[in-house]
Amino acid sequence: MQAILFYIFAALTLAGAIGVVASRNIVRAAVQLLLALLGVAALYFLLGAEFLAAVQLVIYVGGTLVLIIFGVMLTARASQKLLNPSRGEQIAGLVSAVVLLVALIASIVTTRFPDQPAPLGRYSLQALGQDLLGDYLLPFELASLLLLAVMIGAAYLAKKRPHAKGEV
Amino acid sequence: MLREVQLASSDPSSAGGTFIRLILGDEPGWPLRIGWDLTIIFLGFLGLASMVAFIGIWAERKVAGRIQQRHGPNRVGPIGILQSLADGIKLVSKEDLLPRGADGWLFRLAPYLAFAPVFASFLAIPFGPDMIFEPALAVGLFWMLAILSVEVIGVILAGWSSNNKWSVYGAMREACQLISYEIPLGISILIVVVATGTLDLLELSRMQAGGMQHWLLFHQPFVLAAFVVFFIASLASNKRAPFDLPESESELVAGYHTEYSGLRFSLFYLAEYNAMFVMGAIMTILFLGGWDDPVGYLSAWSARVPRDVMSLELLAVNAVAFHVFMAKTCLIIFIQMWVRWTLPRPRIDQVLHACIKVLLPMSLVLLLGSALWELFVQNTSLMQRATQWVLLTIGLAFVGFIFLMLAQAFIQGRGKQYRLSEPAKLGI
Repeated sequence: MQAILFYIFAALTLAGAIGVVASRNIVRAAVQLLLALLGVAALYFLLGAEFLAAVQLVIYVGGTLVLIIFGVMLTARASQKLLNPSRGEQIAGLVSAVVLLVALIASIVTTRFPDQPAPLGRYSLQALGQDLLGDYLLPFELASLLLLAVMIGAAYLAKKRPHAKGEV
Repeated sequence: MLREVQLASSDPSSAGGTFIRLILGDEPGWPLRIGWDLTIIFLGFLGLASMVAFIGIWAERKVAGRIQQRHGPNRVGPIGILQSLADGIKLVSKEDLLPRGADGWLFRLAPYLAFAPVFASFLAIPFGPDMIFEPALAVGLFWMLAILSVEVIGVILAGWSSNNKWSVYGAMREACQLISYEIPLGISILIVVVATGTLDLLELSRMQAGGMQHWLLFHQPFVLAAFVVFFIASLASNKRAPFDLPESESELVAGYHTEYSGLRFSLFYLAEYNAMFVMGAIMTILFLGGWDDPVGYLSAWSARVPRDVMSLELLAVNAVAFHVFMAKTCLIIFIQMWVRWTLPRPRIDQVLHACIKVLLPMSLVLLLGSALWELFVQNTSLMQRATQWVLLTIGLAFVGFIFLMLAQAFIQGRGKQYRLSEPAKLGI
């Protein structure tokens, strides 16, 4: 039963991911990304990690994806025409894809997966909170520092500069 | 699914999942389990969702009629109660139009994307002491919030794919409004979580058992104020007036669903009324004691009922609890309608101003207050001296302050002249 559901959701994720790459229309690509993200959330659910699944929905679907579509809408004219990458962009895309693929394959090959499945105990939100604000406090705070830096940068970019050239 | 079965065997005393255990046995095989789930989804949830829209649309028009001193629908059936049926037949028989230049695939998909998340959120709602689809969902509250945030994508895509400027404006308003109001919505939920320490909706309902004085609304002053913040933010995230700018019919024809007709149009209505229902259900569970009645009789009764055999009493207590739950939810839906037909619609910049500069800081102050209260006041001698009335007064003072600030935000910029050639100054 679990296996059947896993393959259904994995197929959904893969189909969405391939759709994102193959689609030439940005908004359609975003919708296929939605499919892929929902598939991943469903896989998390299947593994009993509901908190992670809900986080996946809130951050990627409710946040990032909405922002992507919103951004596309604000630049509506550009989105009407189809994606047509230049030769340079194609090369850059290919290189980064190959590097990512090699890194992923290397990490999958070198990881030792346990032979026994980990016991699915009672899922504890409290334990997660304790870990985040206890043992892993430093990485947690560093991540929030990164977000803060991004926010300051965005605020700086959005700030009105009185003497900037070419401002409408 | 697997995890649920394991939990049921490891923790047999858990009240959740009682019915499935009593009817199908302790560990049902997967065909049985899937059959059960599909039955609940199609007969229970789909039926409930269509009834909510059916009654909701009729009630909305009745309430609107009363407020505007007219009768509302009164031709189809007694007091017009079958009006939605007549509307439904009309909508089904309409032509399914696709505007020229629209993105057909997205245009057809969007209504489903708007409705499906609202429907999916049903599975975490505890309608009664044993009436919850997924009793082991420890993060039910967060799940509701997460899945409801997906709804906006359907609305944005509907507006964008219509190839219509009004629709795109509606969709853009929806996007910025929803992203902004999601923050105070989430923080006001966080205030409750700080006060209770759980995200489990079933446990939240059980915590408030035993009468009105145990409801979280009266638990501490900050939760009372959080209820008001949540209510306002939920109006905005449901696109309900006074925050119905995505579809404001006096400016944008009908906003994001201008181009829709027939069945697809009715899906948007289904989504809207069910989103109202789900928000009302969340407020009922978080603040108004869930399925327990104001006197606490029901929770005492439910605690007495044995849960190891199927009995008429078990069914009865759940049926009564379900009706109490629905009554509270309907009360909140009624207030949402009342607000819609009473208040005028602000401009989009005022709406965003009210969120970012009033509701967001207020909810942060309330969160801080709630945390400090739990640390230093709750369960101390100070708490024993402070009576319920003192708590109520502090809470109401906060509520009054929020309304004052909101009124100030909505009055701001009133009477300014905007030229139509400057849409940017109007804030889209």
